Amino acid sequence: MNAKLVLENGLVFRGTSFGAEAEITGEVVFNTSITGYQEILSDPSYCGQIVTMTNPLIGNTGVNDDDRESGRPRVAAFVVREYFDFYSNHRARGSLGDWLREAGIPAIQGIDTRMLTRTIRQTGAMKAILSVGDVDDAELLLRARNSPGMEGLDLTREVTCKEPYAWDDLDATPYALPAVDVDPTQTSQRHHVVVYDFGVKWNILRRLRAHGCRLTVVPAATPASEVLRMNPDGIFLSNGPGDPGAVQYAIRSIGELLGKKPIFGICLGHQLLALALGGKTYKLKFGHRGGNHPVKNLLTNEIEITSQNHGFAVDPDSLDRAQIEITHVNLNDGTNEGFRHLNLPVFSVQYHPEASPGPHDSDYLFREFLRLLREQAAVPAS
Amino acid sequence: MPRRTDLTSILVIGAGPIVIGQACEFDYSGTQACQVLKEEGFRVILVNSNPATIMTDPEFAHATYVEPITPYYVERIIAKEKPDAILPTMGGQTALNTAVALAEKGVLRRHNVELIGAKLEAIRKAENRELFQQTIREIGLDSPRGVFVKSVDQAMEFAENTGFPIIIRPSFTLGGSGGGIAYNIEEFRPKIEHALTVSPIHESLIEESVIGWKEYELEVMRDLKDNVVIICSIENFDPMGVHTGDSITVAPAQTLTDKEYQAMRDASKKIIRAIGVETGGSNIQFAVDPATGRMIVIEMNPRVSRSSALASKATGFPIAKMAAKLAVGYTLDEIPNDITKKTPASFEPTIDYCVVKIPRWDFEKFRGADDILGVQMKSVGEAMGFGRTFKEALQKTLRSLENGRHGLGADGKDPFNPADLDAEQKKELLETITTKLRTSRQDNIFYLRHALQLGMSVAELHEVTGVDPWFLHNIAQIIETENELREYSL
Repeated sequence: MNAKLVLENGLVFRGTSFGAEAEITGEVVFNTSITGYQEILSDPSYCGQIVTMTNPLIGNTGVNDDDRESGRPRVAAFVVREYFDFYSNHRARGSLGDWLREAGIPAIQGIDTRMLTRTIRQTGAMKAILSVGDVDDAELLLRARNSPGMEGLDLTREVTCKEPYAWDDLDATPYALPAVDVDPTQTSQRHHVVVYDFGVKWNILRRLRAHGCRLTVVPAATPASEVLRMNPDGIFLSNGPGDPGAVQYAIRSIGELLGKKPIFGICLGHQLLALALGGKTYKLKFGHRGGNHPVKNLLTNEIEITSQNHGFAVDPDSLDRAQIEITHVNLNDGTNEGFRHLNLPVFSVQYHPEASPGPHDSDYLFREFLRLLREQAAVPAS
Repeated sequence: MPRRTDLTSILVIGAGPIVIGQACEFDYSGTQACQVLKEEGFRVILVNSNPATIMTDPEFAHATYVEPITPYYVERIIAKEKPDAILPTMGGQTALNTAVALAEKGVLRRHNVELIGAKLEAIRKAENRELFQQTIREIGLDSPRGVFVKSVDQAMEFAENTGFPIIIRPSFTLGGSGGGIAYNIEEFRPKIEHALTVSPIHESLIEESVIGWKEYELEVMRDLKDNVVIICSIENFDPMGVHTGDSITVAPAQTLTDKEYQAMRDASKKIIRAIGVETGGSNIQFAVDPATGRMIVIEMNPRVSRSSALASKATGFPIAKMAAKLAVGYTLDEIPNDITKKTPASFEPTIDYCVVKIPRWDFEKFRGADDILGVQMKSVGEAMGFGRTFKEALQKTLRSLENGRHGLGADGKDPFNPADLDAEQKKELLETITTKLRTSRQDNIFYLRHALQLGMSVAELHEVTGVDPWFLHNIAQIIETENELREYSL
């Protein structure tokens, strides 16, 4: 079946459908990961986005139950050069096309994704529409232009959990990184961490769990007072979609929690923490999405190859440097990748130490959080 | 860390004559290394017995010795030139072996020459089979299961636990004679009995065989600050059992999920650290059981290799050039990325295309040579093609082999047209082709297509050849397109 991708600048890409027969608007972005399409598709941070892969060959390993980062695919739509329906992998349980169709997500293949990526790099992330069928180009262009943009959009409401829940799962595949430092079967020793769910990836929960945390995941709009009533040992701020500036209620809650509990943030959590500390965020031209971004840890001078997925970034000049130390920087474009508070047990990173997909180089950050939790536990309550 | 200032002159060892298994790829790497070291202001001394190389052109080194690459001659060059260091990782196995011999004979110590790129200990650990496997197990990774047995009963017990095929290597027999491979218990008993008889100490190593498993390679780089990056993943079209140099190879790997790829990446980082390659590139090979995903470490080359030349061309990351810079003290974040010029080399290339390499054989020139492919490399060259799909890259590469073919199909050179055959003829032909495909040979890629044309399913063909179904489906799609084209005329 024919499908079309129309960008707000008027470019039309014609290909064939391999997902649901549907039409959807969204922001079109590219991801440079070679592997990991199932994790990318199910990452709630892609809510509202039409994702294209620079790797042209997609679908080769099918889909399975273990490589999901949430219950289902979350992208608005998926765009690839060549979709392969004949998957080959010992863990595969079905085809990517079927998985997308079941979730009602449209997908297009057979278009020049290199041209699409170059256009996004030159023009910046754009609004677009993916339509299956033969709707008129001009009509689609109009629909794309009239769709809401990312800026000012609070998408966390769409992906956060409705009710608090406990998380206890570990990565059950033979590929799991080992649990660290602690005996994860000893429930009594575990640190209680409340996870603010702005669209949390499951592997973050699995890694926190593997580091001996007992987890309570709470909705994004949970007030600080309610979290404090749970008496956690620490607080985690998750990744998530959209504009951090639009999630004012979360920024307020974080502000109230600062200084009360150790806090660790990833991605959107990093941006929200910056805003709560009086900093500013801005939209990047075309974002960082992929599994090959070099980041320098300024505390150790070591380089990590990191997994990234963000369209907004923290402006390091907006942070109060008397209180905040920049800890990580992106070696490709010098943007901020992490900071820590000099007086409080608070730190965050822009990238994804939980990987999935991507390299495991930054797993040490979970250990770092654990260290903070232990130190705080050792301090007698005042 | 900036460039080392305690070194002023460096001896680079080339690869010597062009032989099967060690060809111009080491001129490619050695030339890059000489250029870099010269640019960095070192006095470069080169030894290479092959004057028909680019690296022996006078402008690439300050002193060039066209002398045999043997410990005897290289020692005399060292005595005369008094270099501060030797870079042995650019000239293939010949250079590495020569450097090891010089180190072991005490020549390097006597003349106060440092091995850079790879230290003696690391080379030994990587090259010695037992030391390597021991290191692999120490870091918690998997290597082929094996055990030394002294009785048939012990051997039978191992076979029951491991399954077949099993490789039999009797201890201390000349050239490994008396060994072999057993595919079932009936074959195994007489073979192990024989092996124990011919071994002077009545002992045999028996090992699980990974023949038919999927084969992968990772190109890894490490610097003195312990930064490690992976340059490229490579998947072999031909399963384990065919030498990589005789395999069709594909970059990047196509049938790994991210979890599986990251496990391989983590393993590579652990291996390069445990073996102790301090700077430069290494190539690490893995076998993966297609049924269970079990990953086994096969071997490691602690030097630039044929695969690193391929990885450099496939990704644009000049591994040899970077390895030379790392060897003299730079770290990856201090070297600019060769493509962008603005960002550092401490990144992992990602590509938006597929690369296929196909070996070129010349059995016509080697009359009497057996064209069955196995663990000893037989190809004399290779061609490489890029495409946005595997199919495009495969077809381009087949054309580039200069063997008169224009890829799979539609070049008017097929020995038969399936449309002209009746059912009986097709059946007979398919039987012949199936028998042929059970052995790896130079033109199997063409016969894979013929088998599919004659009605064999992808599943059956995978069963016969061990080639991953993903690749076979791609060939089936090429046939589909060909059949579509047949409907039209000019």
